[in-house]
Amino acid sequence: MKPATVPARGEGVALTEEQILRALKNQRRQDFFFHKLTLFFAGGVFLTLTAILVSLLIGAWPVVNGFGWNFLVSSEWDPVQDKFGAMNAIFGTVVTSVIALGIAIPVSFGIAIFLTELCPAWLKQPLGTAVELLAGIPSIIYGMWGLFVFAPLFAEHIQPALTASLGNVPGLGMLFHGAPMGIGMLCAGLILSVMVIPFIASVMRDVFEIVPPMFKESAYGLGATTWEVVWNVVLPYTKTGVVGGIMLGLGRALGETMAVTFVIGNAHQINASLFAPGTSIASTLANEFAEASSDLHIASLISLGLLLFVITFIVLAIAKILLLRMAKNEGTRT
Amino acid sequence: MNPIYKKRLRTNRIALVLSLTAMAVGMAFLAWILTVLMLRGFGSLSVAMFTQTTPPPGSEGGLINAIVGSLMMVGFATFIATPIGILAGIYLAEFGSKGWLAPLTRFFNDIMLSAPSIVIGLFIYTVYVFNVKHFSGWAGTLALSLLAVPVVVRTTENMLKLVPNSLREAAIALGAPMWKVVLLVTLRAAKSGVMTGILLAVARISGETAPLLFTALNNQFWSLDMNAPMANLPTVIFQFAMSPYENWQDLAWGGALIITLAVLGLNTFARVAMRQPKTN
Repeated sequence: MKPATVPARGEGVALTEEQILRALKNQRRQDFFFHKLTLFFAGGVFLTLTAILVSLLIGAWPVVNGFGWNFLVSSEWDPVQDKFGAMNAIFGTVVTSVIALGIAIPVSFGIAIFLTELCPAWLKQPLGTAVELLAGIPSIIYGMWGLFVFAPLFAEHIQPALTASLGNVPGLGMLFHGAPMGIGMLCAGLILSVMVIPFIASVMRDVFEIVPPMFKESAYGLGATTWEVVWNVVLPYTKTGVVGGIMLGLGRALGETMAVTFVIGNAHQINASLFAPGTSIASTLANEFAEASSDLHIASLISLGLLLFVITFIVLAIAKILLLRMAKNEGTRT
Repeated sequence: MNPIYKKRLRTNRIALVLSLTAMAVGMAFLAWILTVLMLRGFGSLSVAMFTQTTPPPGSEGGLINAIVGSLMMVGFATFIATPIGILAGIYLAEFGSKGWLAPLTRFFNDIMLSAPSIVIGLFIYTVYVFNVKHFSGWAGTLALSLLAVPVVVRTTENMLKLVPNSLREAAIALGAPMWKVVLLVTLRAAKSGVMTGILLAVARISGETAPLLFTALNNQFWSLDMNAPMANLPTVIFQFAMSPYENWQDLAWGGALIITLAVLGLNTFARVAMRQPKTN
């Protein structure tokens, strides 16, 4: 029996075996080309990072060769006499980042708890968006706000209060001495903390949200309070992710340029007082690079950039690995 | 009431109040910054800002050269970054299941996503500006596109991975070659997500200052020459805000308002576009 009335599919365009083979071959060639094209660009992204490292290393070579490790520990920065050391900038970067994280970690933790455990459902979305908006504001705006609005207030009210109260505590006191000028290390650290809070808070919120509700419900069922659930169930379950989020914030804080440049005071010095102006790696670059004239000055600045890049690379790599491990566990632990 | 129980309740209450305070503090800072920006920004907006070029010290002027310069550099940077980002994203999502290159690229891309932008500027300086011996709009464009690529790669990959495998299988079963499967099926299904990624990338680079400081530099005059130093909003804001002249500072606030509105607008628009339910 042959269904003669129904025409065979593709009738009239029947291909010979040779044509089919040619079409297949064409497709295979196109696919090969397409695969290699995407591979080329993916490889390009991969190579960019290597290229950054190599080119900065070449640019920094006169310093690496000339000063060696001394560059890292010397605190001399004198463009006139062509003497350069990175210690001032490293000190400023570390101090401002530590201040920033010291404030940002507890506040972000509080925000994340609020957003995941306390917040009524209808407020979750708008507040979450607001936190993300805070992260989206360009850093130069934070800088301007810091310089024109925050620093004057800080000098007039907060700094005298700090000197009066903490300034008399033995040991700790020397951190809070000196003229209340507003701008300085402490001010830069505070502005930086406002900047990194949204980053850390949104990572913490995201990892808190993947805790299986069953865990939390069992704890609540046993009579635990909200705080006990957060501290004993949510936090242990998410600690890798939380540390990852903090490292991400640290990476931001270390490399932040504009917000810091506006308020840190840009003085190449190391001072025990947090009120004193200082400088950070990124702000030194922003201030001096376009005007640097001597080759050694440029090479020193490039070395600072290389140093910053290597440090943030390590910090961000740790953050990424921790967050990846967190994501992987999500699948296995139920 | 049993004292242990009381203590637990007290701890709980303190913790929750602190959490609420943290949230309130965060929101207060957001409100504070935005209010100051609105007040000072709108106070200094004027027609001249959009018709005149940046003034020398002591005279009146506007920001038009900086606005146009920023638009051109961001535009060209998006134009360069989009195809690169999408193709690399396609590789990671569609071909990246095996081999060592894909996971490593993904890792490096995520690091580039939060690498300090000033280092990107430094990189472009050493490989481009240093060799051609002058600052230029193109150098700024290159630096911005380097910052945009990781954002596009990340979102493209994520969005392509959300496309159900059955769609791919259906297309392959019909005999479509891989490039047709990707370009005509999966990429099309992920279109709105990929667009969102591009918008987020534009938002990210339009507010960047640090990478432009020593690539595009600045230009006080009207110039459309991409091969010469180019005015751009962020650098002008930086320079004018740090200056002692009152009218320069006013212009800086106006520019800051323009940039923030643009960035937040793009961010919000991208989020709304992403949340929209798919029509088909």
